[in-house]
Amino acid sequence: MHGIASPVLTIAVILFALLASSAALIWAERRLLALWQDRYGPNRVGPLGILQSVADMIKILTKDDWVPPFADRAVFVLAPAIIVITVLTAFAVIPFAPGFAVADLDIGVIFFLAMSSLSIYSVVLAGWASNSKYALLGGLRGAAQMLSYEIFMGLSIMGVVLLAGSFNLGDIVEAQRDMWFFIPQLPGLLIFFLAGLAETHRLPFDLPEAENELVAGYHTEYAGMKFGMFFVGEYLGIMLVASMITTLFLGGWLGPVLPAAAWFILKTGLVVAVFILLRAALPRPRFDQLMGFGWKAMLPLALINLLATGAVLLAVTDAPLSTGIHDAGPR
Amino acid sequence: MIVSSNIIQDLASRFGGGSVEPQSTADDVPTFWTPKEKVREVLEYLKTGVEGPYRMLYDLTAIDERTRRKRHGQPESDFTVVYHLLSFDRNEDLRVKVALKGESPSIPTATGIWSSANWYERELWDMFGVRAEGHPNLRRILMPPTWEGHPLRKDHPARRTEMERYTLPLEKEVKEEAALGFVPREWGIYRTEENGTEFMFLNMGPHHPGTHGIFRIILELDGEEIVNAFPDIGYHHRGAEKMGERQTWHTYIPYTDRIDYLAGPLNNFPYVLAVERLAGIEVPERARVARVMLAELFRIASHLVWYGTFAQDLGQLTPVFLTFNDRERAYSIIEAIAGFRMHPAWFRVGGVQSDLPRGWDRLVREFIEYLPPRLMEYEKLIMENAIVRARTKGIGRLTLEQAIDWGVTGPNLRACGIEWDFRKKRPYSGYEQFEFEIPIAHEGDSYARASVRVEEMRQSLRIMEQCLENMPPGPFKSDHPLATPPRKERTMRDIETLIGHFLSVSWGPVVPAGEAAAGTEAAKGNNTYYLVSDGDTSSYRTRIRTPSFPHLQALPLMCKGFEIADLIAILGSIDFVMGDVDR
Repeated sequence: MHGIASPVLTIAVILFALLASSAALIWAERRLLALWQDRYGPNRVGPLGILQSVADMIKILTKDDWVPPFADRAVFVLAPAIIVITVLTAFAVIPFAPGFAVADLDIGVIFFLAMSSLSIYSVVLAGWASNSKYALLGGLRGAAQMLSYEIFMGLSIMGVVLLAGSFNLGDIVEAQRDMWFFIPQLPGLLIFFLAGLAETHRLPFDLPEAENELVAGYHTEYAGMKFGMFFVGEYLGIMLVASMITTLFLGGWLGPVLPAAAWFILKTGLVVAVFILLRAALPRPRFDQLMGFGWKAMLPLALINLLATGAVLLAVTDAPLSTGIHDAGPR
Repeated sequence: MIVSSNIIQDLASRFGGGSVEPQSTADDVPTFWTPKEKVREVLEYLKTGVEGPYRMLYDLTAIDERTRRKRHGQPESDFTVVYHLLSFDRNEDLRVKVALKGESPSIPTATGIWSSANWYERELWDMFGVRAEGHPNLRRILMPPTWEGHPLRKDHPARRTEMERYTLPLEKEVKEEAALGFVPREWGIYRTEENGTEFMFLNMGPHHPGTHGIFRIILELDGEEIVNAFPDIGYHHRGAEKMGERQTWHTYIPYTDRIDYLAGPLNNFPYVLAVERLAGIEVPERARVARVMLAELFRIASHLVWYGTFAQDLGQLTPVFLTFNDRERAYSIIEAIAGFRMHPAWFRVGGVQSDLPRGWDRLVREFIEYLPPRLMEYEKLIMENAIVRARTKGIGRLTLEQAIDWGVTGPNLRACGIEWDFRKKRPYSGYEQFEFEIPIAHEGDSYARASVRVEEMRQSLRIMEQCLENMPPGPFKSDHPLATPPRKERTMRDIETLIGHFLSVSWGPVVPAGEAAAGTEAAKGNNTYYLVSDGDTSSYRTRIRTPSFPHLQALPLMCKGFEIADLIAILGSIDFVMGDVDR
């Protein structure tokens, strides 16, 4: 009985915390943007407007659940569910505190990459099923952008994996007790961060939705809760990428005095704030510029980073250990 | 500069006296009549043959002469087509008039001579029913395709109440709905594929976040690359020119504010100047300087909106809030002076509405001190941003040749490497007394257009500072009997003045018959009001030549071969306002 209750409780706590914090994040983003843009932001509903997200949620839940007559109904409904499901599933491997993760997978990094690849379906299918030109263009942009940046994202983590000698996210955090990986892996962090921006299609990389060009891109035809799913999915995605950055590069839950989970939340919150700051500051590159930047700058940089990390590791570690890795293979 | 009589003499000796019949006007623009058969030849000669050629078709419009009484020996005409040409070499305008007879007149097209003639001739057809023979695609432009009649004809009603009761039965609704569809053939598109590539049509607007108002453009796309573009305007048309024939000279002023609705007084300016020219009113010095100060304030206000939205078009979220906040400060000044914010309607025929209020100088001084550091900040935030540069440099390039051919003026023209500014070239309202520079750029691309405007704001601040330091004392309105509203002081002393005041206020002043145009450097380019008076309390014909109209016409030229994202960057950089396009 206890054996089953504990993981279910963990899942419930994490699920609730994630959904609640994605709502809070929407409020936080609006307040932060307002602060940087010389205006107030939501400040009417509840103290400091904190209940604005609740009001929005009520509004969005009570809206007409409408599917345009020209859309491919089944796929149209499925698409927004995919993003929320994949992102939430990816959270399963994130260690929020020692031992506090839904699944302590030995292939945690790979699982995360797999889930974030699957989320592309959401954008592509939404763009396709909407049967509208703006949505289609957004879906196409999304597919090309996310597929490309997926590659650099995976490569940029490999340096961390080499250093930690493990694909297990808990082990990777533990391996950072002496030094957080953002110091030896600064290029890796930058690439992962940029790829994360592209994966979550946030400004400046919000080309799949680019309001001024494509109205709302792949979710142009969506309304009500189905649009809400994309919206929540986007914020969950930001938190996922921020959690991954915290776990891989910023020492995860590690830190003095405060409890482990508090450190994790603090670091993740900081990374999220950087996401929002970038949104406030930067304009959007053109599609071909984004792709060119990815393939011509990010890919070589990620490869060089991987090579250099491997070379340095080989040079500093003793010969037996390197053969040891060879014998045992990656753990 | 070649004196005005020369060109007409030159033409008369070349084409024979019967082909060139001069007319005098209240402005000093040389004006002559030429028969319909000769007009093409004459225009071609003016564009290419003459020394100091007229390279720009500045405006093309018509006058419905059928009910006009005081024509002072002008050739008989039912509809007069007026070509307004501009020569940069001479710094001189020329007006060519053609008399047309009958209910369905026509004129040979000028599209082969000036590219900008295309839309103007469509407007001619739409508004007057004057057909341009040989025009590539003569369709309505401002009115909906289902409209019946030609609104600027004198027999077309000007008010809702003069028309039949409006109903929308089902079949009419279906017809109207269908008229909004896009049929490539109607736009002269017959080829929709090339080398096996089938193109996609994308309808952008009239409601689209990137089009700055209700503007529609249909894109022919190969992937995201723009093969061709077809702008569709008229969704913001409010019949401003028709209203000019209905309102009195005085009560039309607030309507002009709303043409380029971001730059109120910059619209009042050419209108009151044109009326003053017709009426022969001298404006007192204090009013002239106050007008200049407000014009420059609104140039800044308009440019600030452009600055923010330009960045927003490139995906930058923050600048638009910052620049709108700054514009708010400009509005607090005009609010103190005129009591209004966006559309102050503060200019009057013969001066301004009221004297500057006590303490105005402090407000202006604060603004002049406040803005430069902000502009520096925006420079770093927007103009020096690497992504902004990558998005705008080399995008939407216009050569000087093309810009002139398409009637482009203002900052967009100056970005192509020519110093052409009415404030310097044809100073009005005392601009010749101010020290300021005309910023230019040479690349002609989106970035160049943006950088010209950014520098213009600094120059406008310079002018405002000089107004502040040198505001002359004296009256703020002319004593001329036609100045509006008339001075009240003496009305209670004798009955004649009281009667005069009463008539001028209730009916409005009667402006002497004649024609005059006044052009100014507005925020978006050259703005000209061409007024025809028939000696009445309202204008016989009010023609508003706005800068944004030709700018939008040149858009397909600028965006061909670029991508959708570039189109938005170009739209942001040319700084148009739909009110200014559609009137």
